[in-house]
Amino acid sequence: MKLTSLTLAAALIGGAALAGEVAPKDVQYDESGAVAASLTGGAGDAMNGAMLAGTKSKGNCVACHAITALADVPFHGEVGPSLDGAGERWSEAELRGLLTDAKMTFDGTVMPAFYKVDGFTRPGNAYTGKAAEEALTPILSAQEIEDVIAFLATLKEE
Amino acid sequence: MTKPMGKTLTAIALAAVAFGSVASADETAELVVNGDLNMVTRTAAPAHLSDVLDEINSGWLYRKDETQSLQTDDFDNPGMIFVDLAQDEWDTVEGTEDKSCASCHDDVEDSMKGVRAVYPKWNETAGEVRTLAMQINDCRVNQMGADKWKYTGGDMAGMEALISVQSRGMPVDVAIDGPAQSTWEEGKEMYYTRTGQLDLSCANCHEENYGNMIRADHLSQGQINGFPTYRLKNAKLNTSHARFKGCVRDTRAETYKPGSSEFVALELYVASRGNGLSVEAPAVRN
Repeated sequence: MKLTSLTLAAALIGGAALAGEVAPKDVQYDESGAVAASLTGGAGDAMNGAMLAGTKSKGNCVACHAITALADVPFHGEVGPSLDGAGERWSEAELRGLLTDAKMTFDGTVMPAFYKVDGFTRPGNAYTGKAAEEALTPILSAQEIEDVIAFLATLKEE
Repeated sequence: MTKPMGKTLTAIALAAVAFGSVASADETAELVVNGDLNMVTRTAAPAHLSDVLDEINSGWLYRKDETQSLQTDDFDNPGMIFVDLAQDEWDTVEGTEDKSCASCHDDVEDSMKGVRAVYPKWNETAGEVRTLAMQINDCRVNQMGADKWKYTGGDMAGMEALISVQSRGMPVDVAIDGPAQSTWEEGKEMYYTRTGQLDLSCANCHEENYGNMIRADHLSQGQINGFPTYRLKNAKLNTSHARFKGCVRDTRAETYKPGSSEFVALELYVASRGNGLSVEAPAVRN
């Protein structure tokens, strides 16, 4: 799993999307904010998605959402709703839309867009506080988005 | 039990508490300093906030019991060490004019009483809104002939704390109308502007989500009545502009500079959101 993300990270240096991937600017949202097509053309890895959801430098979903399935990860936030049952409440396409840019589903939501690279005010170079000098890369890669979707799809009401 | 072990155990216990239940600080606690100085830590929101908030709360209310208690006694408050150091600085002659702060302002306890409560404040001569830090550096350069202090440096934070202590317990009361109004409006605009790749405004966390946990942090209203604030995290006094910079940085944005006109405006606006809370500086936070 770790090797997969390292390989991907290496492949994504420079911000270029892998061949066959949907680039952030090309994501197609329907009128309710859902995204039907997989960003990679394939399915995600739920195990890796769980790791990404609980890792601060990655998805860090738990910063704002409680997820019972990740109870071994300390400190779950309360800013957003619990994700327990997310796989029952949302379709895969809806989850994809919520992850890539949740504002397309919920106008004005606090939730950051995890697959978006433009349209920001004062974009910075990651967490340095300095101005971004190069084109932004999305917070999560296309594969990582698909992995988190695969993980969220496994979440059923307890 | 050694200290590190104690901390580890505490963290595990806290993690257990935080998960699956609401981890809340004691939001009904009363802050009394040194047994007799009663602080207003919750009060009706000022009129300009009436459409968004009913009550304003000091950040003290969102901290854990052990952090809260550090602020109740000046012998326990690590920020007071820096106040003492600044008292020495107050009396120290520096610069080409052979003056100390005391040369013009005498006893800080008399001359600076109430000052912190009304800053940032319009300065008619300069034709601008000035923060306490700007005023301190103005005195250093133009009255003492001394060098400016770094805006967020230790000397500055300490002197701000010394001056602020003279207003401790008094209600924050910054003016937002008259000549200060346009600066205040600029600060308000900034407060609601979402920045960085995370696309977050001050309001997203501190108006819409105060009281909620974001990971292990208990979000407060982001009030600055306790600044400069001693943080356990870095064991020093922290200025409001350093804190603003950290927050903007954490949205994955290009920050503004401490002391910039933008942060001066933001300081005036954020201070005005605390009009009515007691000046607490130096507060203790984590």
